Amino acid sequence: MEKKYWQSLQAYQNKSTKSLFEKQPEKEFTIDGLDDSEVKGNSSRRDFLKSLGFSVGAVALVSSCQMPVRKAIPFLNKPEEITPGVANYYASTFYDGHDYCSILVKNREGRPIKIEGNELSKLTYGGTNARTQASVLNLYDDARLKNPMKNGQESDWDTVDSEIMGKLNAFSDIQGSFAIVTGTLISPSTKRLIADFIEANPKTEWVSYDAVSYHAIRKAHQQTVNKPVIPFYRFDKADVIVSFGADFLGNWLLPVTFTKQFTGRRKLDNGHNSMNKLMVIESNLSLTGSNADERIAIKPSEESSLLLALYNKIAALTGNEQFDGPEVSIDLSQMAEQLVNASGKSLVVCGTNSLQNQLIVNSINRILNNYGRTLEMSRTINLNQGSDEKMLSLIDRMNNGEINMLMCWNTNPVYDLPQSDRFVEGLKRVDTVISFADRMDETASQSTYVCPDHNYLESWDDAEPLTGVYSITQPAIHNIFNTRQAQDSLLRWMDSDLDWRDYLESVWEEHIFPNQSFWQGFRPFWNQCKHDGVFELEPNPEDETITFNQVRLTATPSATENGFELSVYEKVAIGTGKHSNNPWLMELPDPVTKATWDNYLTISPSDAQSLGLQQEDVVKFADELELPVLIQAGQAKGTLGIALGFGHSGAGPVANGIGVNAFRLMRFDEGHKLTTRPGVTLEKTGRSYPLALTQVKHTMEGRDVVKETSLAAFLQNPASGNEDQKYKEKHATTLYPEAKYDGFHWGLAIDLNSCTGCGNCVVSCQAENNVSVVGKDEVRRNRIMHWIRIDRYYSEDPDNPKVFNQPVMCQHCDNAPCENVCPVAATNHSSEGLNQMAYNRCIGTKYCMNNCPYRVRRFNWFSYINNPKFNFNKNSDLGKMVLNPDVTVRERGVVEKCSFCVQRIQEKKLTAKKENRKLEDLEIKTACMQSCPGDALVFGNMNDPESKVSLLMKSERRYRLVEELHTLPSVSYLTKVRNTSEA
Amino acid sequence: MINTLVRGTFTAREKSFRQVTDEIARPTYSKTAKWWFAGMTLATLMLLFGLWAIYKTITVGLGTWGLNNSVGWGWDIVNFVWWIGIGHAGTAFTIFLIVFRARWAAVFNRTAEAMTVLAVSCAGLFPALHLGRIWLIFFILPYPNTRGPLWVNFNSPLFWDVLAITTYLTLSITLWYFGMIPDLATLRDRSTSKIKKALYGFFSMGWVGSVKNWVRYEAMMKVLGGLAAPLVISVHSIVALDFAISVIPGWHTTILPPYFFIGAIFSGFAMVLTLTIIIRKLYNLQDYITIPHLESITRVLIFGSLVIGLAYVTELFVAWYSGWEFEMFTFLKNRATGEYSSAFWIMVFCNAIAPQAFWFKRVRTSITWMVIISIIINIGMWYERFIIVISSLTHTFLPATWTSFTPTVVDIGIYVGTFGIFFTGMLLFLRYIPSIAMNETKAFSKKSDH
Repeated sequence: MEKKYWQSLQAYQNKSTKSLFEKQPEKEFTIDGLDDSEVKGNSSRRDFLKSLGFSVGAVALVSSCQMPVRKAIPFLNKPEEITPGVANYYASTFYDGHDYCSILVKNREGRPIKIEGNELSKLTYGGTNARTQASVLNLYDDARLKNPMKNGQESDWDTVDSEIMGKLNAFSDIQGSFAIVTGTLISPSTKRLIADFIEANPKTEWVSYDAVSYHAIRKAHQQTVNKPVIPFYRFDKADVIVSFGADFLGNWLLPVTFTKQFTGRRKLDNGHNSMNKLMVIESNLSLTGSNADERIAIKPSEESSLLLALYNKIAALTGNEQFDGPEVSIDLSQMAEQLVNASGKSLVVCGTNSLQNQLIVNSINRILNNYGRTLEMSRTINLNQGSDEKMLSLIDRMNNGEINMLMCWNTNPVYDLPQSDRFVEGLKRVDTVISFADRMDETASQSTYVCPDHNYLESWDDAEPLTGVYSITQPAIHNIFNTRQAQDSLLRWMDSDLDWRDYLESVWEEHIFPNQSFWQGFRPFWNQCKHDGVFELEPNPEDETITFNQVRLTATPSATENGFELSVYEKVAIGTGKHSNNPWLMELPDPVTKATWDNYLTISPSDAQSLGLQQEDVVKFADELELPVLIQAGQAKGTLGIALGFGHSGAGPVANGIGVNAFRLMRFDEGHKLTTRPGVTLEKTGRSYPLALTQVKHTMEGRDVVKETSLAAFLQNPASGNEDQKYKEKHATTLYPEAKYDGFHWGLAIDLNSCTGCGNCVVSCQAENNVSVVGKDEVRRNRIMHWIRIDRYYSEDPDNPKVFNQPVMCQHCDNAPCENVCPVAATNHSSEGLNQMAYNRCIGTKYCMNNCPYRVRRFNWFSYINNPKFNFNKNSDLGKMVLNPDVTVRERGVVEKCSFCVQRIQEKKLTAKKENRKLEDLEIKTACMQSCPGDALVFGNMNDPESKVSLLMKSERRYRLVEELHTLPSVSYLTKVRNTSEA
Repeated sequence: MINTLVRGTFTAREKSFRQVTDEIARPTYSKTAKWWFAGMTLATLMLLFGLWAIYKTITVGLGTWGLNNSVGWGWDIVNFVWWIGIGHAGTAFTIFLIVFRARWAAVFNRTAEAMTVLAVSCAGLFPALHLGRIWLIFFILPYPNTRGPLWVNFNSPLFWDVLAITTYLTLSITLWYFGMIPDLATLRDRSTSKIKKALYGFFSMGWVGSVKNWVRYEAMMKVLGGLAAPLVISVHSIVALDFAISVIPGWHTTILPPYFFIGAIFSGFAMVLTLTIIIRKLYNLQDYITIPHLESITRVLIFGSLVIGLAYVTELFVAWYSGWEFEMFTFLKNRATGEYSSAFWIMVFCNAIAPQAFWFKRVRTSITWMVIISIIINIGMWYERFIIVISSLTHTFLPATWTSFTPTVVDIGIYVGTFGIFFTGMLLFLRYIPSIAMNETKAFSKKSDH
């Protein structure tokens, strides 16, 4: 038998005759419903085409459903100084014809996103105001013009240029002349350019005027010291300050500078035990008035007689000539005495544009020996050089048909002239009107050509706000739209081949550089100026000496007319209405009234009561105007107040149609623009109009929310007004061990004595932290999103109350009530004492908001981004450019709040780490602190006993809000001290 | 011992077992009444209004509600607490019945349980809807996740709430359903239509009525009743802790848990009173739900009212006694004499004063008065929650943050919508399930003397 070879046991047993290899393998894959060919994969060409068609179709369908791809293009060649993710800062200058501020522009990835104060400036020392802070958003305003306009149609530069140049060339042959109307220009180079332009076009004249006029101050000085100047007021050198309606902390001339000066003398830490005294006499409660140690509410028409009475009292005390004046009912002898006691260290200012009053003020300051001390004459203020008289005569000549061509630059006369009707009449008789407006404002829409100017952040410019104090504006971004700087337009029309930047440089080289001796070459000098943003010449001490001509002083008796005296004022946010289309400013609660978004008539509580008016009742006044009333504590009896800057028709969607234009209520008197109007009667309409106020309770209800004391009491006991703090701190305890912080422990100290309540920090925080604008309706529902708010309280007499301002942001409690109630632990504590929010984790139970004793948490009630219902900057591709990439944009349904600018903390910590050094004190500045003109906020490490914040925390004046809850806030407040004698 | 009908004969007239089944189960086999359709239409309309409001809330945002920066919880939580309170009655009745063998509770037990399940579902809707990002609601559950050590915050009363309410809802449904099984089997046996037979058959879980069935059933019900007893106390106490744990004056009081518990029993019983009076009229169940039965509820209401009144006075006293300005302001000024005084005194009248009328036998036995007062109580209990939640939030520590609260149409819509849920559910329940536990009735209506 043949030997049997077997491969497997099965084969051996003969169970299968076939070898294993011959056996048909079972199908590896069987799929029901598919035939073999499909399973095995030998599909036909038809199948291939079918599936190809399907997949292409599917891909096309699916991809077309997707969000459009947005490309971020990286640098092909990276510029040396730009690193994505790292901010660049450029020194620049904010000047809009009214406000001046030296600034740093924070740029991220090529776009300006934040304005910071320039700490090198000897005028503003790193401070800003709300309007400066908000100005970055003006750059990204959709209402800006994208192209030059001709007769209301979009055009191009070539057409516009050739037509205008044609007209200019034809000028020599025709009758009539060419007028350039500007706001006040403080740029030395631009002034030279205008001079050159006038030289090239001899029939040209230049008129400058201001929306709010300070002409009388210059005129009074012309008469008394032979120079038409506004002296540089030195509030820092004054022990006693008396202001007659000059809101120098809010709007008057250089509010940032003046706030720095004023608050610098109210610090009581570091052993300082003296402070200045501010007395304010005014009719509307202004920001300055709300910070006064003493305030007297008067009717505007009583001002001149009171001023003269004060002069006579002082003259009597100092043995100077007295003048006859009307009887006054208010005794000013104490005020006079205090002023005389502080001779040479006192200051009297007056905000009324009346020659008569300003002459008295000059005389008072003269006999108090203040010239050369608290009023610098060697360096004078260059702002507000406009002349009311010149403008009036220009309007006359326009109406006479003497003007053929008119150019409006940085000014909007159709909107802000009291008698704009006559101006509009005149415009119709002018052949060619050119406007440089950046939007179709009221004047631009009546112009033949609109040649849109750059935003200041796209421009080259210089400024000389004070004689010998220069600062530079430099572009932080290439122009976004097809705009052109006005100066470049002028150069172009002069047929010059210079561009404006070269022109500017040449002016500096020829006219400013030679005045100094420190720098040898122009290039390094120029570079340094651009780097610092500011340059200062030493003042000439000889200029301080003045010869004073005592003129005869008169005063008008107060008005006896029936009806109210209405005075027009500037709001801290809106000002003259230049930036009304800025939603940040519109939504900034007015520091005094706490109203947003609206225009209203302020009326005193007693007048409202006697007329039976309720808050929000609409009244008819002065020629059929209608506004709701806002009952304002501190408003003088018999007076009304109304804010400028509203009633726009061409500013843009945010501002148009809100309120009435109060410029119409101004009037000219002997060539001076006056802000008051007597004999106004109110007529009830029976309707009411909702106002959006962010605060409705104005008293502290006897709670010690803002602690206060008087200077006299403070000198006896530094803890006065704050006596219970130690007790509360000791007796509010917990069973749990105290939290320990090994490294940093961040804290913020807020000096209530330095905070004027101006609201700069609110806008600064909004810009830094991408805080949403919610609009009037939502503010009215008490859903404003601001991370920092300024609580304002009144005490005592409602007709002349004491005012308290208190900034409140997240207190970063070490024993935070919000943290333990969040079910998902979305809010928690960092190892550095920060109370932090994890937005991604938040599901929006709002429990934390309810349990926050300070009510600083904000909820995203709606989607505030890409939502047409909230048509502000976050709903526009352009407006979104302002967002800070370091801060998350919050989604609908999450809670947000102040983070102590954790992104700034992190940035500086990393910088210090990279440089292998310790973090320095005051190196980290939160947004609110950085630009605070009053230096009221100090942020730092509380674990470092030497840090400034730690020193302030040791102050006897220090307390924390609702201390008895033992929430252990990281934010502390320092008692407010009023300079009054009573204890 | 008071000799009442309850303690004597169970039903007003003697009934055979067949009669009990016929009369109680009549709605399940007879033609649907006209009023039922009318009621269902109205309830559906309410439900649709609610659905619209919910749609708005979820798609547009919580801004559609009347809340603001100071008032983070408004009608949502008021209504949540109110419904949860109403939801207490069913479980309480079950405990009375199963644990204490209180016979009178047997006629209310089933309806009250149904009410509980529906009311707790309505209540549960609010905490879900009040989330800013409802789509992330699962974050609140402690489930293992890929987010590292990220866990829920076990310190938060809101998390305890989630546990308390879900547990309570689960147990109420279980109790209600298990209690129904013998009755469902009865219906299965009587059904003529195939669908009904199948459905009742499925839900009766093969009940055959054997001794073994009954023994297991009784044991199971005892266990569930025992479990439910502490839950009745815990659920509303935990809801109360949402407030008591906080630092806000008006919320931060230790009295809240017992106060909430008794308030819940109080409002729940009042609601049961209202509903059973209506049901007994509509289905002619006067023989089963007798005046003495109803009177028993009024006695509980007098007790509840006294305790509630005591709680009100205690709160005011403690506020004054604390000497703490914030507490004194909230209770003595804001609530008793200030902005919220009208709501406060409505609450006091409705809850503490009006129910005292039940001391009079004539009131206690009058159907009209019982309906009026029970509705007054439910209004009063709503006001109580309103006062607690809203008056505390609007006026906290810093006067600058004081504000007010006004509900919007969406707030109202959701509240009306929960009534829609409640009434549609109730009507379906009445139509398909016997509203009185037939098995218990039969057990008690035997003329036995125990």
